[in-house]
Amino acid sequence: MTTIPSVLPNDAPVRIVRAPEPLPLYCTRCAADVGASAQALCSTCLGPLQPQYDTARPLPSRRELRSRARSIWRYSEWLPFRGAPVLAQQVGFTPLLEAPQLAHELGVARVWVKNDAVSFPSLSFKDRVVATALNAAQAFGLTTVGCASTGNLANAVAAAAAAAGLPAWIFIPADLEVAKVVGTSVYGPHLVRVRGTYDDVNRLCAQLADRFDWGIVNVNLRAYYGEGSKTMGFEIVDQLDWRFPSAVIAPMAGGSLVTKLHKAFSEFAAAGLAHGSVPRIYGAQASGCAPIVRFVQSNARAVTPERPQTIVRSLAIGNPADAPTARDAILGTNGWAHAVDDQDVAIGIRRLAEATGIFTETAGGVTVAAAYALAQQGRLTPDDEVVLCITGNGLKTIDAAAQGISEAPEIPARLSAVEALVAATV
Amino acid sequence: MAVSIYLPAILAPLADDERVIEIAVLGFQDTVGSAVRSLTERYPGLAPRLVDERGDQYPFVAIYLNDEDIRFVGGFDTAVRDGDELSIVPAVAGG
Repeated sequence: MTTIPSVLPNDAPVRIVRAPEPLPLYCTRCAADVGASAQALCSTCLGPLQPQYDTARPLPSRRELRSRARSIWRYSEWLPFRGAPVLAQQVGFTPLLEAPQLAHELGVARVWVKNDAVSFPSLSFKDRVVATALNAAQAFGLTTVGCASTGNLANAVAAAAAAAGLPAWIFIPADLEVAKVVGTSVYGPHLVRVRGTYDDVNRLCAQLADRFDWGIVNVNLRAYYGEGSKTMGFEIVDQLDWRFPSAVIAPMAGGSLVTKLHKAFSEFAAAGLAHGSVPRIYGAQASGCAPIVRFVQSNARAVTPERPQTIVRSLAIGNPADAPTARDAILGTNGWAHAVDDQDVAIGIRRLAEATGIFTETAGGVTVAAAYALAQQGRLTPDDEVVLCITGNGLKTIDAAAQGISEAPEIPARLSAVEALVAATV
Repeated sequence: MAVSIYLPAILAPLADDERVIEIAVLGFQDTVGSAVRSLTERYPGLAPRLVDERGDQYPFVAIYLNDEDIRFVGGFDTAVRDGDELSIVPAVAGG
């Protein structure tokens, strides 16, 4: 038997590589200029920081974009660095699959599925945000990375950190699905299960960012992290041959994805790269944790936090940081938000699997079920061209998908037994 | 008779670089709001980062009373007692 050295947790020496230069940041609330830095909040007003892109920078043509490698870095002029990435170079460019059967059932002209269930390397869209965050960590000399996660981000940080040879501290709710726990710990990070909800984990990580010199991707690296989500929008436009769909439906947890999809579409419109109007953005949550949906549907000044009670763990953020910008993206495009009951999630998962051959996790079930509800409400129309953003893989939430699925017959290894089964289906 | 208020690093410069501040309480009729008011009387620079112009909680901070987000238990009207801990944490994180 071959002996394979095991170093768990992964505290192997860090490889030194030259990182790209992160862009400076500015405050979206008070407009204060902040240099490039591993901080996500304005020290003047505590507002969120964003990368400051040079509006005079040369932008590539469609032809030039098409000549580049098929990864998120194809769109580097809209990502928060100068220079080439040194980590996670192969992330992105997941399939965009047309789904005529879903289009028929939804009563719309066309439907496509943006399939981040097969994202490399960790089978969710979180690979995109981790790709930008880890390059920022490298640039700032942060040699330990981390995150607060509902599961998918844990998988993505653990995988990317292992590939980069970086130690990682990853914090998750203690009762997370086993596939997401194993799908993190296999990479050898310091995985810590915290008693409480994701929001408790998130608060802890906000405090940890003060205490340790770590690059916590969705805390102090958040300004660079979030920009990675835009690449899902860029790819949709690129794969549709430089035009916008008329509507996009995406799941919401903290609200960052819908915010960044809108930003991506707006940036490609401003650059003259896409035909048509920026799509209507629709956000979906589970009704057991739907603070952004209720915020969109109300006139409240601020989001009301909730205590999550849903099987959809990947969306179970009761205190969503990006609720205000998510609401702006949704209402600013004449979109809407919808909450899905848990019992409809498994139906949504199965419907997508049967109609497209794509197996998604619970968040995808929410997105599909929301699409059917929005169609029934008349919010989708016969001339609509709709993209469903499927953000994670069904193998991570097997228990939820198993609801309502009948047990497969067990037979002896005899021809007659199969003949009987086949006859029963005729 | 006091409560301890924990500040994040980003707010410490507004409180003479203190990270943990003791605020005296009477033992009755004290609330999160009165503790925050005592804090901001001592360090006026903190006031606009904890309370907005309407007197509500500033939207970019979360306040926890012994690990509980005060928005679940009565906000600034939540009662505090001797020995309680109030943690102020930047709100924009995670997701």
